[in-house]
Amino acid sequence: MKNNKLLTIGVIIISTFALIALFAGLISPYDPSFIDQDNLLIKPSAKHWMGTDNLGRDILSRIIYGARISLSIGLIAVGIATLIGVLLGSIAGYYGGIIDGLIMRLVDIMLCFPTFFLILAVVAILEPSIYNIMIIIGLTGWMGTARLIRAEILSLKEREFIQASRATGASSGRIILTHLVPNAIGPVVINAILGVAGAILLESSLSFLGLGVQPPTPSWGNILIESKSTLGVAWWITVFPGLAILITILGFNFIGEGIKKRIG
Amino acid sequence: MSHYIIKRLLGIIPLLLGITIISFVIIHLAPGKPTQLEMSLNPKVSYEARLRLEKLYGLDQPLYLQYTNWLKRFARLDFGPSLTDNRPVLDKILERIPVTLTINISSMLLIFLVAVPLGIRSALNPEGAFDKITTFFVFLFFAAPTFWLALLLMNLFCITLGWLPVSGLTSLDFEYFSPIRKAVDLAWHLTLPVFVSSIGSLAGISRYMRSSMIEALKQPFIYTARAKGLPRNTVIYKHALRNAILPIATILGLSIPALLGGSVIFESIFAIPGIGRLFYEAVMTRDFNLIMAEVVLGAILTMLGNLIADISYAYIDPRIRYRNEK
Repeated sequence: MKNNKLLTIGVIIISTFALIALFAGLISPYDPSFIDQDNLLIKPSAKHWMGTDNLGRDILSRIIYGARISLSIGLIAVGIATLIGVLLGSIAGYYGGIIDGLIMRLVDIMLCFPTFFLILAVVAILEPSIYNIMIIIGLTGWMGTARLIRAEILSLKEREFIQASRATGASSGRIILTHLVPNAIGPVVINAILGVAGAILLESSLSFLGLGVQPPTPSWGNILIESKSTLGVAWWITVFPGLAILITILGFNFIGEGIKKRIG
Repeated sequence: MSHYIIKRLLGIIPLLLGITIISFVIIHLAPGKPTQLEMSLNPKVSYEARLRLEKLYGLDQPLYLQYTNWLKRFARLDFGPSLTDNRPVLDKILERIPVTLTINISSMLLIFLVAVPLGIRSALNPEGAFDKITTFFVFLFFAAPTFWLALLLMNLFCITLGWLPVSGLTSLDFEYFSPIRKAVDLAWHLTLPVFVSSIGSLAGISRYMRSSMIEALKQPFIYTARAKGLPRNTVIYKHALRNAILPIATILGLSIPALLGGSVIFESIFAIPGIGRLFYEAVMTRDFNLIMAEVVLGAILTMLGNLIADISYAYIDPRIRYRNEK
């Protein structure tokens, strides 16, 4: 019962943020990049619920538009990672032998990388952009999924229904795609949901270092860059974007843990 | 045991080769050479001058030649000169390592010393009041971005309360301090960075410890130990804990890349001259030699961490030792 509650809270949080992201244009009270010289560093008030930054831009509007960036980067990056992970993991698990050995060595190598160093290097060299960030986070985050699905498939492939479909002459590709992957997908989904939280955190860290989403496009991470120079003067620039990140990540973690407890 | 260690050490070599190849290809295939950046900053640099520079750094050679040259130098622990100030990359890294290592080792100690007791306490009475409260905080700290926590704590302790220094490693008049005051001054500057860099992993690892301990307490030998009338504390701390703490060693080893990655963030927030900040500077100036050296060094540290974890695992658990000796 308690787990369902966790799941419910998570779903409510994430769907709220998803709606905010979808209808950002309708909800946000101001244009997120509108510079208002007369209203610099305004405290949270009835006019500006979350205050304004040092250029007079409305923090609430910037956070609302930032939701778009953060959620889409999180979802697409994890989509890429899951796709690669499922593909390589199922090939490794199904074929075994040398192919398995090679793929799993690649997993070992990738796991030894200080991933954040690699991402920083690539993003800086390629010029930071939303698409580069999605791709590079995806390319460095597939190893867990690959291991999970390989382990599942190793235990599944000796079962009778797989042997039966092999006996009826189904091709390897067909067996993998229609029998093995769907039966092994449970843990992968949980992993992916928790992965979205991780990807959003990564994006915000990159943006905070100035190597993520580039201004004037607002992202939760790059709103916080400005808060560094106004520390001690304008607490609202620090507190609200961080809360948005925190609550979103909590939401995804709640969903992941909720499902995990429910099926496991 | 020594057989096992040698086997594991040999296993590192192909991994290391793979890592160097992948990072070399990724860094060099990207469009954008350090000489290009120099040119865009200073348009007066002529095309000829750029070619001369590229030749000097060997950037005009085919990639596989560049790689084999790099590898030959790497075998002698020569990572080449930094492309920004021509100093040997290794020197630049070595002078920055102590700071980062001090912070990371202190955070690991802190993580271990806090997470393990928390996990045990939660596991003894799962779903109890203590467990519920820690679960709440674990979720919270696990979800909070490190740099955000750093900013909030900085705001509270450094600016509002003024208890801790805002940034840097030492006070201005550090060199005139007595040795003891120097140590105190360093510790004072490192308090917040260490706390911030450990908080996320601390939450995660206490969770692992909890589930590992719950698992261990369910084992048949625990029932035996209880049945024969051993004191509660002996059963918990001698029989269960020994088994439960094993996986934690591995996880601590695996958390090295995250700690290193985190050091980029908090070193730049707190203005600490460690290897994280050095890497950030290298990335911003496209200093290929320095980037390459740090990525490889990070990977080596990670592999060593895993190795130490596995060896201590084998050392504590005879089952693993015997299996590997056969």
